[in-house]
Amino acid sequence: MPRKGVKRTMDEIQKTLLAQVADLHEVPAGAYNIRANGSLAGRNTTANIDIVTKGDQPGIDIIIKPGTKNESVHIPVLLSESGIKETVYNDFYIGEDCDITIVAGCGIHNGGKDASEHSGIHRFFVGRHARVRYVEKHYGQGDGTGGRIMNPTTEITMEEGAHMELEMVQIKGIDSTQRKTEASLAQEASLVVREKLMTHGTQYARSDFAVALNGDGSTADVVSRSVAKEQSKQEFHANIVGNASCSGHTECDAIIMDEASVTALPALTANHVDAALIHEAAIGKIAGEQLIKLMTLGLTQEEAEEQIISGFLK
Amino acid sequence: MLELRNVSYEVEGDKGDNKEILSHINFVFDKRFTAITGPNGGGKSTLAKLIAGIITPTEGTILFNGEDITGMSITDRAKAGISYAFQQPVRFKGITVKDLITLAAGKKLSTAEACGFLSEVGLCARDYISREVNASLSGGECKRIEIAMIMARQTELSVFDEPEAGIDLWSFQNLIQVFERMYEKINGNIIIISHQERILNIADEIVVIAGGQVTQSGRREEILPKLLNTPNAATNCQVLEQKEAGRERKTE
Ligand SMILES: Nc1ncnc2c1ncn2[C@@H]1O[C@H](COP(=O)(O)OP(=O)(O)OP(=O)(O)O)[C@@H](O)[C@H]1O
Ligand SMILES: [Mg+2]
Repeated sequence: MPRKGVKRTMDEIQKTLLAQVADLHEVPAGAYNIRANGSLAGRNTTANIDIVTKGDQPGIDIIIKPGTKNESVHIPVLLSESGIKETVYNDFYIGEDCDITIVAGCGIHNGGKDASEHSGIHRFFVGRHARVRYVEKHYGQGDGTGGRIMNPTTEITMEEGAHMELEMVQIKGIDSTQRKTEASLAQEASLVVREKLMTHGTQYARSDFAVALNGDGSTADVVSRSVAKEQSKQEFHANIVGNASCSGHTECDAIIMDEASVTALPALTANHVDAALIHEAAIGKIAGEQLIKLMTLGLTQEEAEEQIISGFLK
Repeated sequence: MLELRNVSYEVEGDKGDNKEILSHINFVFDKRFTAITGPNGGGKSTLAKLIAGIITPTEGTILFNGEDITGMSITDRAKAGISYAFQQPVRFKGITVKDLITLAAGKKLSTAEACGFLSEVGLCARDYISREVNASLSGGECKRIEIAMIMARQTELSVFDEPEAGIDLWSFQNLIQVFERMYEKINGNIIIISHQERILNIADEIVVIAGGQVTQSGRREEILPKLLNTPNAATNCQVLEQKEAGRERKTE
């Protein structure tokens, strides 16, 4: 679809959502697929990146030719009508030796009373020695009483020597989220996950990570930083399974405030004598001395908290 | 000008009894550069925390430029013009050196301006400006950043708690110069808590705090030779010195 077409079909609310989830103020350069209120609002393919609508179920296939370097794919999803419920299946086929960035994000504006719900099921097939950076941002807004719900599932299959970095961010406005991420890694493959999460009000967020290190020399580093405010609830579950000579690390670092609740359940399973696995979990309120230091610089307690949290989630 | 009137600070002891950490301190900080020294555990940092408002006295009054600030919050004191460089700098996650310097300055700074404060304390700005002030910084680096923050604040009263601690020998002379430059520029008062003769050596006035009390105070020329001739500051006859300190205050 030509760029002009996209501009015409997007309203102001959708543009705000787009800016929040994809840092985009205009249509992106490179390949993209914009889904708005359940239908296609824009698509661009390149010589190396093809995007094809699935025939049997809602969603797309993103096919990236082997050896594609320094290209990006943006696939934002925008929901600005109240009461939409959708499940979308997106499959990414990333060829050998690629080096690419994928930006997925979902923004919900709910100004009505019905719940808006988006469940994205993403499967990644990462070819040998390919490098992928995947950024996923979730954002909600609108003053309607209807819930803003997102339940993303990510399944990753990594071939020999593949490298993938996932940056998953949910800072504002999502009432309920259950995120499932599963990965299996072949020899020398490496996975890095950085999750950043903030919940407030009565929000609920649960993350489940399951990583199978199947090949010798594979590594995984799963780190979640979160802030739980007011009466919100968070759960962090991570299970790293070492089936080979591999190394894995999971970490959950949470700041708890007000009457919030945080559960961290990191788990490790070693099925191989050379599997080196570590988990760390820490939950606590903001350190008093950090607040005091910033207050001695002239910040109020509220301003100090804000600085500490935004730094922590940076 | 900062004045302490009959300031005491007590905490609850292990056996539920009261433990007096500072006892009836009377002192006026009106010199450009006052150094506080004295044995470990004497109460120096406690005094600094009382000045910054981190703790409040159980008795007595603190006056800043004649205004009673005893009940004032940390934030309001900071805004009124009091700065405090901690003995043990605080570390953060995700907050960078530039963030802290900017917050300290209280206004947007260009990278060049922020770097200026770092260079002043002998840190190569380029290497540090975007580093997180987290556990990866060395102790000495943290101390320097702590000092740079106070430089950036440019307040009327600056309290430094053992700024030289952890600063390598090589840089020590530079640190002295930092304070000398500050001395030239400041339109107010600097208080430095220190165990170092070379820092005491540039003070106008020296205060000795031991056992929660001011045991000696006076002009540097007068106090420093006495200190240097005292084999052990902690066990030197405190009763005598207290009397002496009292007498000096009266004659001021
Ligand atoms: N909250 C507290 N509870 C119990 N004791 C305390 C408390 N705060 C300080 N103290 C005690 O008060 C005394 C004075 O402490 P302070 O930190 O002021 O000493 P200082 O003079 O700064 O020593 P140093 O030279 O080692 O830095 C110490 O014995 C310390 O253990
Ligand atoms: Mg001390």
